[in-house]
Amino acid sequence: MTPSAVRASVSMSLSVAAAVSLYGISFGALAVASGLAFWQAQVLSLFMFSGGSQFAVIGLAAAGAPGLSIVTAAGLLGVRNGLYAVRMSAVVGPGFWKRLIAGHWTIDESTAVAIAQTEPRAQRIGFWLTGAAIFVGWNAMTAAGAMLGDALGDPRAWGLDAAAAAAFLGLLWPRIQTRQPAAVAAVAAVITALAVPTAPAGLPVLIAAAAGIAMALLAERSHA
Amino acid sequence: MTLWTTILVASAVVMGIKLLGYLVPASVAAHPRIQRISDLLTVALLASLVVTQTVSTGNAVVVDARVAALIVGAVLLWIRAPFIVVVLAAAAVAAVLRGMGYAA
Repeated sequence: MTPSAVRASVSMSLSVAAAVSLYGISFGALAVASGLAFWQAQVLSLFMFSGGSQFAVIGLAAAGAPGLSIVTAAGLLGVRNGLYAVRMSAVVGPGFWKRLIAGHWTIDESTAVAIAQTEPRAQRIGFWLTGAAIFVGWNAMTAAGAMLGDALGDPRAWGLDAAAAAAFLGLLWPRIQTRQPAAVAAVAAVITALAVPTAPAGLPVLIAAAAGIAMALLAERSHA
Repeated sequence: MTLWTTILVASAVVMGIKLLGYLVPASVAAHPRIQRISDLLTVALLASLVVTQTVSTGNAVVVDARVAALIVGAVLLWIRAPFIVVVLAAAAVAAVLRGMGYAA
């Protein structure tokens, strides 16, 4: 085990956590702008703890989508965490409580930092440090943002609705760097724009999700 | 469903999916096909959320300051600006356009 591998893992964990935590301010502010109470925003950060799903909840709630659509969209966006968990299972190792906390902290960033390390100890450090630092930072910044958001008044005057759109684009961007996902994103975007005027709030996102799965299955068939 | 119920149920679902991943055998969920389908599902959902958040107001498609803000955000992402910069710049563009009366 080389100390430099551990140092690299610690440094990557902390810089990723700092960036993500800052972004928690915008979640907190946008959540109260969307009509959530302070504690509703905080409960999402404490217990849902997955940025994409959390933003989906506040975006759809603001649009007046029914509860079932909100739960479905948040759940579908959380599916990838379950797959990360499978990859992290060996990194985390045995132990009920350890796996329970690891499960809660299994998100894009903790998984990405762990996978980026080559040595097993550096992987473990990367996963736990990133997960813990983001959990603390994200929740603290959510609280700060929610308090700030309450004081701001009209969210549109501050461009907070546009900030939410940019946040989704920022989450999408690293995933559409090759042709196939970019094409799927384009089709999903067009379908959504067509569905917005005709379908009830919350449904366009689910229609796009179904189209995404259909396109993925078609691609699998042509691979086989 | 009240907003509180929705928040608690959605949180339980998202948390449950993570924990489930530590229970299923690696051979099932680590299958490359499952990984690829899940990746594309995430892409489709996020792309759809970008559109609803940018051009929808209730049931209408509305082009306003958010579109200009999103374009600025895309340019910043293109030149690899940090996430927080992208989000703040988009907010600033929309706020300034509205404040100066150039866009709704």
